[in-house]
Amino acid sequence: MPLTDDTFAGTNAPEFTVSEISFALKKMIEGEFAHVRIRGEIGRVSTPRSGHVYLDLKDERAVIAGVIWKGTVRKLRVRPEEGLEVVVTGRLTTYPGASKYQVVIESMAPAGIGALMAMLERRKAQLKAEGLFDPARKRRPPLLPKVVGVITSPSGAVIRDILHRLRDRFPIRVVIWPVAVQGEHCALEVARAIRGFNALPEGGPVPRPDALIVARGGGSIEDLWGFNEEIVVRAAAESAIPLISAVGHETDTTLIDLAADIRAPTPTAAAEMLVPVRRELLADVATLGERLVHAADRLLAERGRRLGDLARLLPRADDLLARPRHRLDRAEARLVRALEARAGRARTRHAALAGRMTLRLLERTIALKRERLAAPVQRLEVAIRRKRTDARRRSIETGRRLRPALARRQIEKGHHALETAARRLALQARSQLRQLGQRLESLDRMRQSLGWRETLARGYAVIRGPGGEGVITSKGAALPLPRLEIEFHDGRLPVLPDQGTPRKAPAPREGSHRASQGGARKPPRSSKPPEGQGSLF
Amino acid sequence: MTETAERPVGELSFEEALKELEQVVERLERGDVPLEESIRLYERGHELKKHCEARLREAEEKIELITLDAEGRPTGLKEVEVP
Repeated sequence: MPLTDDTFAGTNAPEFTVSEISFALKKMIEGEFAHVRIRGEIGRVSTPRSGHVYLDLKDERAVIAGVIWKGTVRKLRVRPEEGLEVVVTGRLTTYPGASKYQVVIESMAPAGIGALMAMLERRKAQLKAEGLFDPARKRRPPLLPKVVGVITSPSGAVIRDILHRLRDRFPIRVVIWPVAVQGEHCALEVARAIRGFNALPEGGPVPRPDALIVARGGGSIEDLWGFNEEIVVRAAAESAIPLISAVGHETDTTLIDLAADIRAPTPTAAAEMLVPVRRELLADVATLGERLVHAADRLLAERGRRLGDLARLLPRADDLLARPRHRLDRAEARLVRALEARAGRARTRHAALAGRMTLRLLERTIALKRERLAAPVQRLEVAIRRKRTDARRRSIETGRRLRPALARRQIEKGHHALETAARRLALQARSQLRQLGQRLESLDRMRQSLGWRETLARGYAVIRGPGGEGVITSKGAALPLPRLEIEFHDGRLPVLPDQGTPRKAPAPREGSHRASQGGARKPPRSSKPPEGQGSLF
Repeated sequence: MTETAERPVGELSFEEALKELEQVVERLERGDVPLEESIRLYERGHELKKHCEARLREAEEKIELITLDAEGRPTGLKEVEVP
């Protein structure tokens, strides 16, 4: 088995070293592709501190590495951005040390408007999501700015239009910050100018504007592209000084327009929107001044008139006092006379009255007055009765409302009073009873001395019918009766009128009251016999 | 009334002064201000008006261009003519 190359039969192709082949390739590729245009989508982009930009260009099946040297980066019209479809111009080189090849990009352009617009939309959506276009961020510029900062190209129609329009409306202090309004430096310079104006201190050598205008004339989308760059949009959104953007024509909308506080359709319009017309303002102020004077005049005149009216209504002090003073004088004069007259009349009347004042007159007056009093007195009595009834009713009602405790106390008090009263009553009753007893005894004594029984003792008798019924007062009455009864002072004796001999009388009875009374009345009439007579028969 | 009413007129911006002047005039025109107050308002209004006019008249055209160094930092001002 041959160990060297020579052993391979028939292989007479020349031999390359690695370097030879690598550099041969390099020479061939760089010769063949010294100037190419490549269309592709930008892939990964890296920008190391060296300032060179490394990126990938790709399509569906292949990737080629690309580099943009630092010196070229600044000249690019489009900043390389991932996802952007571009057409690059450059040359191919190889790197023999690493078996690599790449395209060195010398210029780059978006692959048509569509690609650019697609990227713009993506960026817009992203910045919007960050809130950079929020209406809440917008600030209103002052009505009359003292200093206006204009960020634009110092030459050209735009600054001229702005300055002319400002002069027409309101000559004012303008500070121009010159920038490139297109090309590779545009975005950076505009962003730097916005931040630069904002960074100016108040009262520094460069006056700090109180409003900014960022302006540029019309152009292609690529021309205006700088105003779509993120650094510009961010600077505009962050500006503390109110900012008006006027970039391109009315139909061109760049992202700075969305971030600005006000978007003006044209640079001229920006000047108009920012500064009022001095003449108009002067007229406004003059009008206000006139209205001020007029209003104050009217106010004073009105008040003056009212004061005058009131003053006229107010009488003079002398006028006010004249009448009362006059009356006082007259009254004073009349007073003395009147007093004298009055005293005279009183004296006369006194004399007359003294004459008429007699006793009879007084009596009559009294009688009259008494008569007059009678009716009221009667009414008074009725009223009192009614009052009493009412009071009783009320007391019943009150009684219902009485509280037990209160009532108990009352009752106890009542009890006590009752006991006292009862004791006093008992005492009094005893003494009264004693008196009544004595009186009764004396009356009884009188009665006894006057009663018919006493008469019996003196010899009179009472004749009664059978059984002691009825008092017999005549012979005629006595005759038909089978028996009679004679009452003596010491008892009754039954007798038989026919036989003349009376039967043995029953035990004497206590006389019935009726009989006694009847008897007591009758005897004086029926008793004819004189004292000492034992019987009527 | 307004937030500026207590501040010296000289400190007010044109816009503030104008706004307060409008309010002063409206109040006086309504006529429901006490006399003392109306005198004070009138005087204040007069001052405000003078201040506004001064601000309007003192304004003067002046166009300046910022000069920048190589790094784009402002170095000074250069007065220019309106082209």
